[in-house]
Amino acid sequence: MNIQFPLLSEIIFAPLLGVLLLVLVDRDNRPLQRWIALITTSVTLILALFMYAGFQGDSAAMQFVERHVWHAGVGIEYLLGVDGISLLLVVLTALLGPICVLACWTDIEQHLKEFLICLLLLETAMLGVFCALDLFLFYVFWEVMLIPMALLILVWGNPRRRVYAAVKFFIYTMAGSVFMLVGILVLYFHQVEATGVYSFSLLQMQQLALPGRLQIWLFLAFALAFAIKVPMFPFHTWLPDAHTEAPTVGSVILAGVLLKMGTYGFLRFNLPLFPEASATFTPLMVTLALIGIIYGAFMCLVQTDLKRLIAFSSVSHLGFVMLGIFAMNRQGLQGSVLQMVNHGLSTGALFLLVGMLYERRHTRMIADFGGLSKPLPVFATCFMIATLASIGLPGLNGFVGEFLILLGAFKARPLWAVLGASGVILAAWYMLWMFQRVMFGPVTRSENAGLRDLNRRELGLLVPVLALIVWIGVYPTPLLHKMEASVAALVTRIEAGGAVVGREPSGSRLADNHWTSTTKETRFH
Amino acid sequence: MENAWLIPAFPFTGFLINGLFGDRLKRIFSGCIACTAMALSFTYALALFIRPLLADVPLEAFERDYFTWIEAGTLKVAFGLLIDPLSLLMVLVVTGVGFLIHVYSIGYMHDDPGFSRYFAYLNLFAAAMLLLVLANNFLLLFVGWEGVGLCSYLLIGFWYEKQSATDAGKKAFIVNRIGDFGFLLAIFLIFWTFGSLDFQVVMAAAPDLFPAGAPTLTAITLLLFLGAIGKSAQLPLYVWLPDAMEGPTPVSALIHAATMVTAGVYMVARCSVLYALAPFALGLVAAVGCATAVYAATIGLVQNDIKRVLAYSTVSQLGYMFLGCGVGAFVAGIFHLMTHAFFKALLFLGSGSVIHALHGEQDLRRMGGLRARLPLTYWTFMAGTLALCGIVPFAGFFSKDEILWEAFAGGHPLLYGLALFGALLTAFYMFRLVFLTFHGTPRAGAETLAKVHESPRTMTIPLMALAVLALVGGWVQVPLVAAGKRLGAFLAPVFEKAEHLLAAGRPLQHAGAWQEGLLMGLSLAAAIAGIAFAYRLYLARPQLPNRIAERFGACYRLLLNKYYVDEFYQSALVEPLRRLAEGLWRGIDVRVIDGAVNGCAQLAIALSGRLRRLQTGYVHHYAWTVVAGACGFFIYILSR
Repeated sequence: MNIQFPLLSEIIFAPLLGVLLLVLVDRDNRPLQRWIALITTSVTLILALFMYAGFQGDSAAMQFVERHVWHAGVGIEYLLGVDGISLLLVVLTALLGPICVLACWTDIEQHLKEFLICLLLLETAMLGVFCALDLFLFYVFWEVMLIPMALLILVWGNPRRRVYAAVKFFIYTMAGSVFMLVGILVLYFHQVEATGVYSFSLLQMQQLALPGRLQIWLFLAFALAFAIKVPMFPFHTWLPDAHTEAPTVGSVILAGVLLKMGTYGFLRFNLPLFPEASATFTPLMVTLALIGIIYGAFMCLVQTDLKRLIAFSSVSHLGFVMLGIFAMNRQGLQGSVLQMVNHGLSTGALFLLVGMLYERRHTRMIADFGGLSKPLPVFATCFMIATLASIGLPGLNGFVGEFLILLGAFKARPLWAVLGASGVILAAWYMLWMFQRVMFGPVTRSENAGLRDLNRRELGLLVPVLALIVWIGVYPTPLLHKMEASVAALVTRIEAGGAVVGREPSGSRLADNHWTSTTKETRFH
Repeated sequence: MENAWLIPAFPFTGFLINGLFGDRLKRIFSGCIACTAMALSFTYALALFIRPLLADVPLEAFERDYFTWIEAGTLKVAFGLLIDPLSLLMVLVVTGVGFLIHVYSIGYMHDDPGFSRYFAYLNLFAAAMLLLVLANNFLLLFVGWEGVGLCSYLLIGFWYEKQSATDAGKKAFIVNRIGDFGFLLAIFLIFWTFGSLDFQVVMAAAPDLFPAGAPTLTAITLLLFLGAIGKSAQLPLYVWLPDAMEGPTPVSALIHAATMVTAGVYMVARCSVLYALAPFALGLVAAVGCATAVYAATIGLVQNDIKRVLAYSTVSQLGYMFLGCGVGAFVAGIFHLMTHAFFKALLFLGSGSVIHALHGEQDLRRMGGLRARLPLTYWTFMAGTLALCGIVPFAGFFSKDEILWEAFAGGHPLLYGLALFGALLTAFYMFRLVFLTFHGTPRAGAETLAKVHESPRTMTIPLMALAVLALVGGWVQVPLVAAGKRLGAFLAPVFEKAEHLLAAGRPLQHAGAWQEGLLMGLSLAAAIAGIAFAYRLYLARPQLPNRIAERFGACYRLLLNKYYVDEFYQSALVEPLRRLAEGLWRGIDVRVIDGAVNGCAQLAIALSGRLRRLQTGYVHHYAWTVVAGACGFFIYILSR
């Protein structure tokens, strides 16, 4: 075990260190607060990049594993690890950290210190969710994440409806997670009964051969929690409200990372733990995913608020991710994992841009704009790139993900790809129409004529995101290689169903052997 | 050939320079960089073309994967380029005509505030187009395909303050997306059928795996053709191209006449083997092409905007190219693609010169009598017109006639007849255009007329170069002469296989040279008849057209309003979809779903309001409850 250099713990808790420092800083010393937040998030990013570089793409095993007993009697462990599926999400989360700090540099004026504390706490919790391999630990991080996010909306949101949005977000998500908690406990007790091993370890549980009926119920319990988070149709109505009322940074994190918790949950828990039930529910999940794609796109056509439009486009895009996941083949799954990152980048960029617009004009209504290309040429270029990425133009990142997802879906059922691909037409319609109404035409309002273009800070925080959008579009191979083995292993697992897993002797010894062998090959370089 | 990647890389570099630093560059540098990039690509391609010609050996195909683009499971797509006679010919057309249009643009756009932005887009377009024709697999072709679509969108809406321009750009993108939808599905089907997206692999495997008429191949080719219909503006997706004339005129020449819109024809030709194995799809290609050719020509008869006439003419000529491919004469289709690129680019640039001279006037009803004032424009425009009408010895004569002949010889007399009728219409609307623009009495205002001047050198030199090409461009494929079909020989390696497959499928027909000569005379006669009609109506008796329009009012209005197809799409598709979205939003999202969510919350509040009343605070209430509960518990225990 890698006790000398617990990289994952450092990544997770580096932002928390920032929180401690922030607590000590004088309330009025705003520049110092900002710099502390920027430096800690940047350190987190650098550590995450180290992890990325050291990650072995050809191994499906968990890497950088850390394991400590938390409560021996009950069997709770502090168990961390990443594989090809969580790796990119950890890096994405770490990347959005400094970008968010820079984005709120001048935006947030009230309670800056508390804002930054919330932001850093949130980052710790999100990183924890992606790294935790113990179900109890996972649940802790999962719930911890809720509070700072709800606070971001409640305290720094748009005064008009922020309470409604925050409460809706909180209760909706909470309601889902309660079912998951019950599911976790049922799983735990089933394991105790079947094997006598007291453990919340995910990989321990993967050794279980769950009876079909139990799988069904457990699948539903987990799926509800995750489907709300994704959000899948018809559990999506909290998202537009939360996005619209949240401050810019809140929207960026919500779209960039939080929604992926749902899709990640399906990949990490539902598919490997309940393979039979996953197969049973595939028609339902795919139907909901396809409805999400098309329905979300239709919703975008009638929105008058920019943030609400982008929020609904997330419903549509996350529908693609779910489609790829339940295509259950390598193209679909790899596309989905990549598309999670892509959506984080392109939608994150869109929210950042809308936030910059809001900072200048204090409105997000499409009708209040028009002709902005003239006063804001640099902004227009950035906005265009993000829009095109969102549409899925080849050469930008969105295309690679959507292509792989639809390719996978086509293999599973050609009809799925046909319906999914129709979402691509609608995407062009609503995004370009939005772009036209905001950026093109004559400048009709005098307030818009004198707007100043992006400053260096704003351009500086957008350029890395846009560069990644282009880079992933042109050369996604390195990212695809990193996740290849993990996805292949997952596909094998699903295809084998519960049957093969059941034949293996389950028990702590096998699990332990498994662990030692994986930790050996995953030493940090 | 190792460095074939340089061909798209030159204009892409030009795009980067102009896109990133354009604002800080002097105008003349912006233009020069863009033109130099095109010239370099053209020179490189020309060298590739001439070297084997000098050595008198056939061009050797070259294919190279430069790096792996996407890899997932068994899918492996490379950034790979293929140079064979077909792609090299396309590269020469794109870079050659493209270079001339770049030069012309320097003059045409000289006082536009978005000068460097314009050249950045134009170079980006060239790079994407070159990628499209050089790609060695379907997915990379699709990248170029969407790339040119993006540039088309950006350039149609180049004057973004104009509502109609941005509307047209958006329309072009979305309508093309409908075609791309088919293309994308075709790619999926190809991959899961052949396990590869490589042209060479797929074309080699198809004849061994499938018999002619196999449903899978029919599905693939039909889906691909849907893509081609969108990009090449055929029925029923042609509606975006006439609107695309909102863009600057050189853009119309380059993108919406000479190069991008021919991508569909190129793609069908590239997949000639697949189409040869799918007779139904091939028949549909011919039918759609022929129908579009005549349909668009009828609309072109009455349009009053100089560029719109040319736009419908482009749609119509693209139909001829598809007709050629559809009757199995891929060489003829590509031949017409090439000559059309010369003379249609020339016509658009010529109309640009007229518009430039009249300070933006595009309405034919306010032109006339410009021949003496714009002599160079007039003569070059005339060359293009004669070529388009198919008058010997101009380029269009050879290419169009080959298509007609192949349609007839291939056993499609109906298609031949329609196409011949289309040729008559073509000659009529083109000479109507020429007479209304250059002949007769000037109808422009005196003030405008006084300022009319011939365009600057940067514009007239490309016109002259293209006029020469419009004259001699057809001489590479001369019928009835021994060794006259040099283009056919050059392209033979590409289409050999498809022609072989097609020949196997149908009985050999022996059509004599005398028949070919006779038909040639017939098409010439049709063209001359069209010209004569136009002369009679627009020069000899200029009052006649109005009277005819009044006489056949309904018919005239139908044509003038383009058969009301746009209105039909708007009311039958766009509006219902928008209303559906509105209904879903108000009905389902707000009322049902959010109603349920908020209803749960209301229910909880209401219930807890009731439950709260139990907490009365009176001790005797609580005491009685305890007693009642204890009794109940007691009874339960006893009764067990």
